[in-house]
Amino acid sequence: MRYRAPEAAALISTDLAPFTALFDRRSGITHILASPAPEILAALTEPMTIDMLLAVLAREYDLADPDPAALAVRLDELVASGLVATT
Amino acid sequence: MRHALSIRIGPVGFRIGSDWRAPIDQLAALYRDYPVPDVADFTVRLFAARAWRRVIRPSVTIGGDYMLPDAAPLPLAHGLLAGEMAMNLQLALGYRRHLLLHASVVERDGRAIVMTGESGAGKSTLATLLASRGWRFMGDEFALLDPETGLVHAFPRLISLKNAGIAAAAAAWPDGRFGPSLPDTPKGDIRHLVPPAAAIARMDEPAMPALLLFPRHGVAADTRDVGASEAFVRLTQASTNYVALGEAGFRALTGLVRGVPARAIDYPDGDAAIAAVEALWAGL
Repeated sequence: MRYRAPEAAALISTDLAPFTALFDRRSGITHILASPAPEILAALTEPMTIDMLLAVLAREYDLADPDPAALAVRLDELVASGLVATT
Repeated sequence: MRHALSIRIGPVGFRIGSDWRAPIDQLAALYRDYPVPDVADFTVRLFAARAWRRVIRPSVTIGGDYMLPDAAPLPLAHGLLAGEMAMNLQLALGYRRHLLLHASVVERDGRAIVMTGESGAGKSTLATLLASRGWRFMGDEFALLDPETGLVHAFPRLISLKNAGIAAAAAAWPDGRFGPSLPDTPKGDIRHLVPPAAAIARMDEPAMPALLLFPRHGVAADTRDVGASEAFVRLTQASTNYVALGEAGFRALTGLVRGVPARAIDYPDGDAAIAAVEALWAGL
């Protein structure tokens, strides 16, 4: 299974430390995201499996102990919110 | 409608029609210094749901361009309150020109304090007290935030005082023009106060927000910073048209919370609140 983020133009993201406010132009819904959700969306530049995404995140953020199970939970949350689709 | 009145409050024009003369006469007296709009943005109707309710135990049903189907009618003695509620309702449900924040606003030197909080937090009383100490009163119900400019526009409707706030305002404004006492309304005891003359004369002057304030009345004095995330969430909850404005609302509100400092103040009484606000203002 691969995970797919919306096109960049579909989202407006604003850093409101400590959270990120995200406006989804497709639905008109505002999301308040905590890390690592914004980083996951930014990394999903193309459809990826969990292992592919984990490799990208580990490289970008120097993850010492990449955990695919924890990433799967975060991805499920993003799928439930409508921000990530599966193919 | 048998009786009617047109008034403009800030950028919003209203036409109020009524089956009864009394509410229109009361509104006309209290809004006598307000201009007549070129075109009314909203129509408000105060009417009898049944014809005989016009005369027998008259009860005022609120209507207009936008209606809540389950809004309970009010007795004619509370007709003035019905008119005010109906105008607020039209704005809350139908206004799209600006982002509406349920907030009070005061201004000094072109910069504004936007105060928001749950009902009873004291934002209306606080705005009234600040207005008695040299601040320009811009409104105690809605702040109108312009998505294009970031400016906040005034909506200085009648000040709706509740319960203990009535005596506090009477002390602060001994020469104030008050409406009739409205005891035992669904919102408690209510009395309306005409905003200061400067608030009406200068209601077409917007101001740039400089401080977001989340006041809370009745507890020991305290002040704390409010982060942009918390301010954003609280203001989305305080807005009646954030969702309707879509992307423009998102940009307006994120721009506001990123550009303007936010503080929460707890205050035991009016003097403590004014001291806290002045200290915050001096430190900006």
